[in-house]
Amino acid sequence: MIVGEQKPFEEVWNQVKHHKRLLVFGCNTCVAVCHQGGNKEAGVLASLLRMRATQDEVDIEIIDSGIERQCEHEFFERTEELVAGAEAVLSLACGIGVQFMAGKYPDTPIYPALNTTFLGDVPETGVFTEKCQACGDCVLGATGGVCPVSRCAKRVLNGPCGGSNKGMCEISKDTECAWQLVVERLERLGKLDDYEKVQPIKDWSKDRSGGPRSFRLEDFS
Amino acid sequence: MKSGSNLERVMAAGHFAVTAECGPPRGADPDHVIKKAELVKGNVDACNVTDNQTSVVRMSSIAGCMLVKQSGIEPLLQMVVRDRNRIALQSDLLGASALGVRNLLCLSGDHQKFGDDPQAKNVFDIDSIQLIHLVKTMRDEGVFPSGDKLDGAPKFLIGCAVNPFADPYEIRVPRFKLKVDAGADFVQTQCIYNMDVFKKYMEDVKRQGLHERCKILAGVTPLKSAGMGKFMNRMVAGIDIPDSFIKRIADEPKEKQAAKGIEMCIEQIHELKEMEGIAGVHVMAIEWEEKLNEIIGGAGLLPRPVVEHETVH
Repeated sequence: MIVGEQKPFEEVWNQVKHHKRLLVFGCNTCVAVCHQGGNKEAGVLASLLRMRATQDEVDIEIIDSGIERQCEHEFFERTEELVAGAEAVLSLACGIGVQFMAGKYPDTPIYPALNTTFLGDVPETGVFTEKCQACGDCVLGATGGVCPVSRCAKRVLNGPCGGSNKGMCEISKDTECAWQLVVERLERLGKLDDYEKVQPIKDWSKDRSGGPRSFRLEDFS
Repeated sequence: MKSGSNLERVMAAGHFAVTAECGPPRGADPDHVIKKAELVKGNVDACNVTDNQTSVVRMSSIAGCMLVKQSGIEPLLQMVVRDRNRIALQSDLLGASALGVRNLLCLSGDHQKFGDDPQAKNVFDIDSIQLIHLVKTMRDEGVFPSGDKLDGAPKFLIGCAVNPFADPYEIRVPRFKLKVDAGADFVQTQCIYNMDVFKKYMEDVKRQGLHERCKILAGVTPLKSAGMGKFMNRMVAGIDIPDSFIKRIADEPKEKQAAKGIEMCIEQIHELKEMEGIAGVHVMAIEWEEKLNEIIGGAGLLPRPVVEHETVH
């Protein structure tokens, strides 16, 4: 899923404080799981903004609401009026939701309340870790189900590099060496022979490098 | 003097400057560059050496600059931000300056899709405007962008490119201003064919006073044939060749079209020489370096002036 983190409150406030009627708008799927951008968080952030407005004696009407997903038209149906009536929207969605709304409402400023941080999992409650960079050409089959593109700081495809030390990466004592994990996993699966195959140069045209990506289902119009 | 380059001295002395370009070869043979340099020599104040243009792998621009320099021509290093991050860019700037390169052109670089390695990962760690500012910081403040002091600041006349013919027109002059504000000392424009649009552009540039802050070298490319003009209009982004321009060449028989293209290029340079705010021309005779002498001589710009260091204050 997509993981995001709320921007520092001052940054959020500075983006929106000059508006008179603001909709603080949650996105209740991915970024709700990490408790940063759901409808509940939209309510809390709206309260903090109202308090700040009172404190600074700024006249601003703040409404809070939210929908399940800000990245698809159908979810907006019941909130059309609410958005139309707002002078500006503070979106708690990821960058996708913010852009979707900016495209959907061309005359309304849409501000991000979150920094979209990564595509990750929830290994334990309250912990989120990056697991994928959407490189467009998955190598997990050859690397024992551990992704060197997202989890190796150098994205080395034939690792580990010389910066691997006792299973940890040189960039931080808290960062596991992805290639240590690859090797351990291949060993456990009895596939260490795979390690001896050189990974060829990767096709990065399927990554962001190749330009914005899209695809269309042929059966749909 | 910011760099002390020949190009800088020529322009500071008020002469109409001339630059051309030299594309390095698709291989390690230095003779290719040396032969091209022979055709350029004596005709220009500095010669651009391109940096893997259209993302086609070629001999490095810095190596090409050194070969050009050894041939007795002042090099102008083109540097794109597509292939190197800020660490490599800074390092190459220091290296190029140490080897005596004094002119720099900061560019984005064409997307790798158009070259022979479309599967490459592009870098774009910084953009071309940020590169201009980075170089200026290193040159004028003697520090790395990180703030650490340099053991010898690189000396470059800093250049940028602009395209007066791209869309949308409204941001063309503001975008040029961004580059001047970032630190560009000179600009080389995209190939000009549509003089009406260029004149309007220059009026807007002068209204902002940009021509007083940045030397403007107008870009020209002689057309070898009417077909080349049509091809460029169709295939090259941001190229605007009016139909009337192409028609004048198309009206000639095939064997006389190249001569007509050169005649029209000379005509254009004469017109540009008379325009207020134009400090020189950048003649991009693409794989046609043997015609440089004819074009530049025909425009009355030879011999090139010699400006000694002491004469400019």
